[in-house]
Amino acid sequence: MAVDTEFLQALPYFAGIDPAELDSIKGFFFEKTFERGDTILFEGGDSEALYLVFSGVVKLFKTSADGKEQILKLVRPGEPLNDVSVFDGGPSPTGAQAMGPVGLYGVQIDDLEAILRDHPQVTRSVNKVLAGQVRDLMALVEDLSFRRVTGRVAKILLEHASNGAGPKQRLTQQDIAGMAGTVREVVGRALKTLEEEGAIRLERHRVVINDREALRQLVDAD
Amino acid sequence: MPTVDVEKCNGCGLCVSVCQCNILVLVNNVATVVEREECWRCTRWCTLCEAVCPTAAITCPFEIVFGEE
Repeated sequence: MAVDTEFLQALPYFAGIDPAELDSIKGFFFEKTFERGDTILFEGGDSEALYLVFSGVVKLFKTSADGKEQILKLVRPGEPLNDVSVFDGGPSPTGAQAMGPVGLYGVQIDDLEAILRDHPQVTRSVNKVLAGQVRDLMALVEDLSFRRVTGRVAKILLEHASNGAGPKQRLTQQDIAGMAGTVREVVGRALKTLEEEGAIRLERHRVVINDREALRQLVDAD
Repeated sequence: MPTVDVEKCNGCGLCVSVCQCNILVLVNNVATVVEREECWRCTRWCTLCEAVCPTAAITCPFEIVFGEE
């Protein structure tokens, strides 16, 4: 199947590039497909090509020594999968697994280097994309510091818990993210942390507060 | 189970592709919940559909209740 020029043109990597230039670049790309659960990259493994997702969703994750998985990012169509290890030449910082049927466009590292050499506009765009990722990660580090978000989420849970009287309020993780001044992914992580600590229980359609006092302590510590 | 805002759904199908319980399908290019009671077979209330939706059209609302302490 031919690489979709319109898709490439819409990527931040190729922002502002002349269509004729893109035509000369697209021949370097090849296609790969994966099924749900397939491993695309191993944590610590080598990257021989840069991959861009064109369909489906890929999870990037790290695994702790005791086997616990932490999802760092869900990569959606249009986003690169492994630019960090491609550009620094190091091992892949995360594993990557297909969350459903996934289609990738790949470009071998040697070919990528030729593209960057011959098309300075692409180099500038790649710099911008990588700088944006650093900015996002810095915001995440700030958010995760000193358990501030977990304390804020604990406060929101206590404030919005139903005591059995009156109409029941329904919230989404996005609602809580908006109230806590963070992003949905961080709220999901905070809820999991609270569950692991035994303060809450995540059930279908509801969050059950097991230990009110534990949540209060987190609020006070914030 | 997930709630879909049909005005926001752009029919990309990412939610369908990640749903492990197969409760979502595209009907007339709009994500639609077809097996409401099966949204638990993944053994976690995973909310992945909400996480991957690029237009925030799909949400998984929940109640917050006090359990027995």
